[in-house]
Amino acid sequence: MTIILTPTAQHEVTAHDGLWMSAADAARATGWTLKPEGMCREAACVPMPAAAVKGDQVDVAAFWKKLGGPAIASDTRDVWALGAPAEERNAALEGLAAPDFTLPDVDGKPRSLSQLRGKKVFVATWASW
Amino acid sequence: MWQQLYSELKDKGFMVVAVAEESRGAEHARPWIEQAKSSYWQLIDTEHRLEDLYNLVNVPQAIWIDEQGKIVRPPETAGSTDHFRRMDLKTRTMSPEDQAERLAARQAYLDAVRAWVNTGKYALPADKTRAGLPKVTPEIAEARARFRLGVWLRTHDRAAEGDRQLATASKLYPDSWSMWRQAADLDEVGKAGGPEFWQRVQALGDKPYYPPPKL
Repeated sequence: MTIILTPTAQHEVTAHDGLWMSAADAARATGWTLKPEGMCREAACVPMPAAAVKGDQVDVAAFWKKLGGPAIASDTRDVWALGAPAEERNAALEGLAAPDFTLPDVDGKPRSLSQLRGKKVFVATWASW
Repeated sequence: MWQQLYSELKDKGFMVVAVAEESRGAEHARPWIEQAKSSYWQLIDTEHRLEDLYNLVNVPQAIWIDEQGKIVRPPETAGSTDHFRRMDLKTRTMSPEDQAERLAARQAYLDAVRAWVNTGKYALPADKTRAGLPKVTPEIAEARARFRLGVWLRTHDRAAEGDRQLATASKLYPDSWSMWRQAADLDEVGKAGGPEFWQRVQALGDKPYYPPPKL
């Protein structure tokens, strides 16, 4: 079992030789679906190098690099962090639509920024450290 | 921290969302939250997701978002100042002048939030908001992924390996005080404000630790 950490979730997949996995696992972990034209999400498709697809298996590490995002593995390659591509973050912020987020309160109740539409919202960070 | 502001303005369509960047988790943050007796949202961000989404680098930083969900001020220091850098470290005190200036700067920031809620003042036009956004580079994106992995390893009893990822993250994104200080705190509570922290602050020279907001 391999664990994939995305910016907002954690998934368990069956992977081999790095991040080779079934297209179904790849779709579950990344939100991108393998199609003849490449890895696709909504209207966007990223063409895949021939060496990164074998039948129903896809090399997600190679895909992620093609996408422009960091794919970082633990020492034993049992846990991988797939980070958001820099350009995806920049494009989202430059559009000025505040990226939505869902975080728990101190008792575990999830709260989303989008629930506050219609109000002026002051989001401020703090920490104990 | 923001309770007075919130009480004053909550009937004018205003909300405060305080986000604790706290990889030790909710129970570690709870005493501060209970002491604040706040009625606004107090959220826990163990993986620093908000910092990833908005490219934040320190606490406290704030983002202003209008009724349509649009960012109207980019991330900026929320009421803190660099006066602490001149504090007498033995007695942990500031000069009366610095103390007064620090409070005045904080007051000016709170007044700006009030003015925004009451009249819309200080909300920036789109081009100025955009110009104030910090750009995410591939190094920063890699640092975020390594930080995410490092925190995960740390919380799964793989501290040494996690610390290596966290250290690499800080090297890739040295401007992020949050990454460095969170890693120090995970290593040992208190370390984030210890001698190594002060050395790093001194190494800033003329650069600010808390860049003042351009109000």
